[in-house]
Amino acid sequence: MKNNNLKGWLYLLPAILFLGCFMVYPLIDVLVYSFEEGYNFASQTSFGLGLYNYAYVLHDGYFLQAVKNTFILVIITVPLSTGVALLISLGLNAIKPLRNLYQTIYFLPYVTNTLAVGLVFMILFKKTAYTDGMVNLLIHFFGGESVDFIDGPYWAKMFVMCFYTVWVVMPFKVLILTSALASVNPDYYRAARVDATPKRRIFTRITLPMISPMVFYLIITGFIGAFKAYSDEVALFGTDLNAAGMNTIVGYVYDMLYGDSGGYPSYASAAALILFVIVLTITCVNLLVSKKHVHY
Amino acid sequence: MGMRVVLEHLTKVFPNRNRKIHSDVIAVNDFSFEIPDGQLVGLLGPSGCGKSTTLNLICGLETPTSGKIIFGDDDVTRLPPENRGVGFVFQNYALYPHLTVLENILFPLQNLKGSAKLSKEEMLRRARDAARLVQIDTLLDRKPSEMSGGQQQRVAIARALVKMPRVLLLDEPLSNLDARLRLQTREEIRRIQQETKITTIFVTHDQEEAMSISDMIVVMKDGVVQQIGRPQDVYDSPINLFVAKFLGTPPINVFEGRVKNGRLFAGENDILPAKGVSDREVYVGIRPEGFILDENGPLACGLTRVEVMGRDTSVVSTHPAAQSVSIRSIISAENRVDTDSKTVRFSVKPAKVFIFDRETEERIRFSAD
Repeated sequence: MKNNNLKGWLYLLPAILFLGCFMVYPLIDVLVYSFEEGYNFASQTSFGLGLYNYAYVLHDGYFLQAVKNTFILVIITVPLSTGVALLISLGLNAIKPLRNLYQTIYFLPYVTNTLAVGLVFMILFKKTAYTDGMVNLLIHFFGGESVDFIDGPYWAKMFVMCFYTVWVVMPFKVLILTSALASVNPDYYRAARVDATPKRRIFTRITLPMISPMVFYLIITGFIGAFKAYSDEVALFGTDLNAAGMNTIVGYVYDMLYGDSGGYPSYASAAALILFVIVLTITCVNLLVSKKHVHY
Repeated sequence: MGMRVVLEHLTKVFPNRNRKIHSDVIAVNDFSFEIPDGQLVGLLGPSGCGKSTTLNLICGLETPTSGKIIFGDDDVTRLPPENRGVGFVFQNYALYPHLTVLENILFPLQNLKGSAKLSKEEMLRRARDAARLVQIDTLLDRKPSEMSGGQQQRVAIARALVKMPRVLLLDEPLSNLDARLRLQTREEIRRIQQETKITTIFVTHDQEEAMSISDMIVVMKDGVVQQIGRPQDVYDSPINLFVAKFLGTPPINVFEGRVKNGRLFAGENDILPAKGVSDREVYVGIRPEGFILDENGPLACGLTRVEVMGRDTSVVSTHPAAQSVSIRSIISAENRVDTDSKTVRFSVKPAKVFIFDRETEERIRFSAD
């Protein structure tokens, strides 16, 4: 028995080593950093342990702005992208001719580089010396005032950011949901037809519960993904997100580490841990809510 | 309450999607049949014979290419399934896995609209009645996944019956059950059908299943009806070689033979007089129970082995003219077969011997007297 135990640990050793080195140790390190006050990267010294880093981050206007941006982004884009993806998948599932073509088209953004998509959004939204951008041309056409979506008012920038995020995360969700819909046994629909079930009821009582595990998966990963948003914002608004007022929590962490105002691993660690706690809480809430509505 | 179901020249052609073959698939070909009120009918045939398509046509899940379907006095050919008043039990039951048994049974009732709408209490009462009929009224709070296959089958039947359909349709109702449950469930289906008197049509590829509980069976092959009749009649008087081979376990033994000068030969063995048939090449079919152990019998076979089954004895032997590797005969257990012997001889019961034309495989009637 004892011998067997030893063997077991031996087999686990490579995995434990790698996970320990690259996952567990950094996590603990971040935790330690976040409590070390006045930590100096060069001399690797600090004044002592305390909660000062958290207090600093929580009173930093940039951080609060980042939290606000992130929350708006999450609350708008996760339900919106999941809902729209569901509608698109239902549509894709309902048509027979050209289904594959449409599926490919909807999936294209997924294989397109974020920065390339960002460039396209620039053409759509950015005002330059030569043009106001495609969207503004449209607004003009309908007799509206032109808006600076990239350097203009906060709501305009937030709109572009949400639009962009929804656009980028949509293909994956469409892919998952179309396959989930296709995997529902058609006999359920036939049974529902024989029983004269109205279309709406088929959707709410049969389709939705059947694909609920996949919807739930998309919501959880959507929340986590949106909370970690950063690169999309850089693609749209450039690297100085604080100046643009469009920073996110992860962007703040990055800036604290490597940005122009960077060099503060302790603040960055504190911010990262705050993000961790937020994501953990939301995911737990999600799990609790899902218990009632997800049918495996 | 049952309902007469009439099918008139029903034909279903599926357009061909396979580019290599240039003809369309005729799933059901000119099917005419009247099912009397309140009967249990088995649609029987090998897979791909069009029996499920026929059921779907009756249900309305498929529309016929031509022909008519009449329930009672109503032509329902163009009606969608929800307006036909049919209950359908799917092969895989199609129970909604996220709903409890009670919710599953209530589901069709909750869809009723307008004047047919029921009060909550009435719905519950009817759901409980249906559950009691199929004897699952103690399991109403379970999810389908928490039940055995047989219980799920009952729930599916209850769900089909709860809206009081005019016709109940079952697609391969027993194929997902193990052997013991199958026996039990087919009795159950018979009982429920007799209690409700609903005209019931079920599809099966298992002839034993169809024979055991049906009032009538319809044997199909390649979309064409071969024979319709009471199970015993079809068994005793098959119309062609296919039907003869398809019905009966163990299956009928087929020999190459001929009729010559008013005598019937299986291979070289002169087994029976055959009056009223001109000389020709035939297939001779002998039911397993049509053999009589007889030392001086005309049919000489090589003995392979004897299987004792208690009630009766199964003799496995070979014959040069037999179409199958071995022929199987069932004789009563009082007869002792000398297992050391290399040969065994039989005489045959004329009523259990059928002859079929070698070309058309149609049955040829003959008189053995």
